[in-house]
Amino acid sequence: MNEMTKIAVQTTLKDWETDQEVRWCPGCGDYAILKAVQRTLPELGADPANTVFVSGIGCSSRFPYYVESYGFHTIHGRAPAFATGIKLANPELDVWLVTGDGDGMSIGGNHTMHVLRRNVNLQILLFNNEIYGLTKGQFSPTSREGTNSPTSPLGSVDRPALPCAFALGSGARFIARAYDVSKNLPGVLKAAHAHKGAAFVEIFQNCIVYNKDRFDDFVAKGVADQNQLWLTDGEPMLFGSEKSGGVKGIALDMETLTLKVVDVVDGDWQSAGVIVHNVKNRALAHMLVEMPFGPFPMALGVIYDDARPSYEEVLLGQDEQARKGKDANLAKLLGKGQTWTVSGTAADPV
Amino acid sequence: MATLVEGPDALTGGKDSPTPEAVVVRFAGDSGDGMQLTGGQFTLSTALAGNDLATFPDFPAEIRAPQGTLFGVSAFQINFGSTEIDTAGDQPDVLVAMNPAALKTNVGALKAGGLIIADTGEFNKRNLEKAKYEVNPLEDGSLEKWQLLAFDISALTLEAVKPFGLGNKEALRCKNMWTLGLALWMFDRDRQPLVDWLNAKFAKNPVLAQANIAALNAGHAYGETAELSGPLKQYHIAPVESEPGLYRTVTGAEAISLGLVAGAQLADLHMFFGGYPITPASAILHNLARLKEYGVTTFQAEDEIAAIASAIGASYAGQLGVTSSSGPGIALKGEAMGLAIMTELPLVIVNSQRGGPSTGLPTKTEQSDLYQAVYGRNGDAPMPVIAARSASDCFEVAIEACRIAVEYMTPVMLLTDGYIANAAEPWKVPDPESFKPFPVTFLEQKNGPDGELLPFARDEKGARPWIKPGTPGLMHRIGGIEKNPGTGNIDYSPASHQIMTDARKAKVGGVANSIPLQEVNHGETSGKLVVVGWGSTYGPIYQAVRRARRKGLDVSHVHVRHIWPMPSNLGDLLRGYDKVLVPEMNTGQFKTVLRDQFLIDAQPLNKTSGQPFTIAEIEAAIVDALGGHAGGEVDADKTQLPSIKSDNP
Repeated sequence: MNEMTKIAVQTTLKDWETDQEVRWCPGCGDYAILKAVQRTLPELGADPANTVFVSGIGCSSRFPYYVESYGFHTIHGRAPAFATGIKLANPELDVWLVTGDGDGMSIGGNHTMHVLRRNVNLQILLFNNEIYGLTKGQFSPTSREGTNSPTSPLGSVDRPALPCAFALGSGARFIARAYDVSKNLPGVLKAAHAHKGAAFVEIFQNCIVYNKDRFDDFVAKGVADQNQLWLTDGEPMLFGSEKSGGVKGIALDMETLTLKVVDVVDGDWQSAGVIVHNVKNRALAHMLVEMPFGPFPMALGVIYDDARPSYEEVLLGQDEQARKGKDANLAKLLGKGQTWTVSGTAADPV
Repeated sequence: MATLVEGPDALTGGKDSPTPEAVVVRFAGDSGDGMQLTGGQFTLSTALAGNDLATFPDFPAEIRAPQGTLFGVSAFQINFGSTEIDTAGDQPDVLVAMNPAALKTNVGALKAGGLIIADTGEFNKRNLEKAKYEVNPLEDGSLEKWQLLAFDISALTLEAVKPFGLGNKEALRCKNMWTLGLALWMFDRDRQPLVDWLNAKFAKNPVLAQANIAALNAGHAYGETAELSGPLKQYHIAPVESEPGLYRTVTGAEAISLGLVAGAQLADLHMFFGGYPITPASAILHNLARLKEYGVTTFQAEDEIAAIASAIGASYAGQLGVTSSSGPGIALKGEAMGLAIMTELPLVIVNSQRGGPSTGLPTKTEQSDLYQAVYGRNGDAPMPVIAARSASDCFEVAIEACRIAVEYMTPVMLLTDGYIANAAEPWKVPDPESFKPFPVTFLEQKNGPDGELLPFARDEKGARPWIKPGTPGLMHRIGGIEKNPGTGNIDYSPASHQIMTDARKAKVGGVANSIPLQEVNHGETSGKLVVVGWGSTYGPIYQAVRRARRKGLDVSHVHVRHIWPMPSNLGDLLRGYDKVLVPEMNTGQFKTVLRDQFLIDAQPLNKTSGQPFTIAEIEAAIVDALGGHAGGEVDADKTQLPSIKSDNP
């Protein structure tokens, strides 16, 4: 629930831990995400009794069992549809949807699309580890080309899907990206929670068993600085430092209408043409989510945030309007239409 | 029904025919001719005249099949009379054929000596070719065994609506009202309700209203003045003796919608209906979408799976989740049904069955999803299944489905079929107060003996508590993984799975304790033969048994509403008869369940032509069974309406 209609509840991280043994592999990125969520919820003033975690199937989808709130571990890929029903039945509930790259982008791609386009007011956390973990290491829809796996011993040939580009294409009004052990993850979660409508957060997550250190090219110590572009609304898109080979920025190539990396000398980003991030600029969001890693840094943080009325608000508002001034008398409803009365044997139209 | 005064002695028997007890009329035309509308309005006028009735709309899967083609024929049959009517009638007494294709595909069903009314205006070379007639059947004597009344309805309609200045196409659209006017004259009906209806329907276009009324009046006047000495006669069918009260007509889809609304109210719950368009189930979603003020939310989902998933989500959040579909959509929902069974959440799943497998026959009826309903899920996944036997029965059955779902915390499947969904019949409007409420109580406090929360503790019925998210202090997690019998926490241990599997089975089996014992619908509680039916075969079975008993045959009728679990006395009851015959519009599914559950020698009578059974077919099987011959297949060639091959979507 993003409007602060509920009085903030005082909790601590401990209040959000269940008595259940966490069953992820030791060292799994999921632990860090769980802690980040459990640390963030008290800061949001969230009420465990009013919070529901809904998930599909996969490693990530075990998440609800470990959060001391209401939780529904559903079926593969369909969590968005369950969450939609929950929100329509009780819009006051604060719903977090936890999914993965297989659950949300493959078997459940259809539902991910529709929950976003409808703009149901909830937070979607898509843990992207670029592999099927629970089924033991097959390539996933986000695996990079050439991924060796039990089902692709010669290397996968499928081109990977880009979750944030998919979400934006589906009509999402909030797109953010972070990674499991990032200190910025709680801030991203808070922004997602503050957004009214469907908030889509892709979280790169390290599967230490089947896809170990897959994201090291931008999360490893030593490279993070020059390979991570943390976006802040109203701030220039700067990354790197003097230590890591110079401060750089993202600018627009006016001839090709594409993004480019420019050097920033003496902090003068204005003259280098560095773009100031605007979370309401949809065209810019498209460029940022498509920005190829390698020539460009990885865009992280809140990429896009431009709220529209939520689905349940509009739909239930319409229903409410339809109910106005209507008499919901069941007996009258049953006897509606063209009726007749039988008294003895003769029928008289009513 | 006593309708079919057999042989050519009813409506069709010439000058000396008595006033018939019942008449079967079939309107057939191109799918663009408005035959369903004509039939629907004729139905209403029949109901207002106080006759009992049953209808059978039969239309192609295509929205607008190419004009004049055999597969584009749309028909509407109505059986009405001054006695009880339970089926749409075996053979029509009157066939209204609006074009050659309609004649060709329907005349075979017409009773010998029956009356054909044909529009000569449509029997042109082009339409005859499309219907694959080499010569005009109206002129070559091939219709000799029937009475033929052929005249240019098209031209007469154009003449009647001339003053209104409509284009030719629009003017010809009034043909169905002209025909309806003639039919109203034939059966001595009041035109005023139709006039009122047309005025309301075309309120925004008074010219069209006036034109249609003029066509209606012209058809009526034609009957009155033009053909007094011909085969066209006026008949008066006396009103049926029915229980006094307020009546209306209702289709199965309407009655289910109303029953669900009533069921949710009796449970004191808001209803959430998640649906995805599919023939012939969509009408329920359409109906409920207009009933928001009765505490209904409707959600058109992105697919069948999302439809049931959203309904389960709503049930989880404390509303009564309902979803609806037909065979292929039900198959897609299977995994989610398993989750509702596993998490023990209430849910009603309405299955309007149609011909299968796969896309099958979208607009034709069948009862072939019984296996899917009873057995069609992974794992040991028991679920109550109940079936409606007629359009009006759908109301009570929908309430019963809601009751079982909330009292036992279980998904329930309600089986109906394409025939019931579309067919209309008179319905004595029930008093909602006459149904016993079954209000739901949500858990508000921890329920364990030591003050702990046990979401999977069970009451005396085996049901777990329903806990709404948002309730302080009762946070817990549920899911599709096997769970601990009390806490519901993940627990794959051998003992847990055994206990929980047994508990789910016992709970659903226990539903039998809350349902009435099986009664004999007609006949004796033992004897030589019992005909056991379920669902929409009720009408033809009931009438066939009645006829056979009149001939002195020892046969009874048992019709089962509760398919799973079955009434606890059903096995013993059926063992009281020497033979058991099970007519079904499938290849013998209920027969198999009966054999399995009771080890009885149930014999099948199967029909899968997409058409309901006729009374005669079942009566013949009864005679055979009592002559030492038990059941068999119904010869497809002898079915009531010849099936027309078409490319279904």
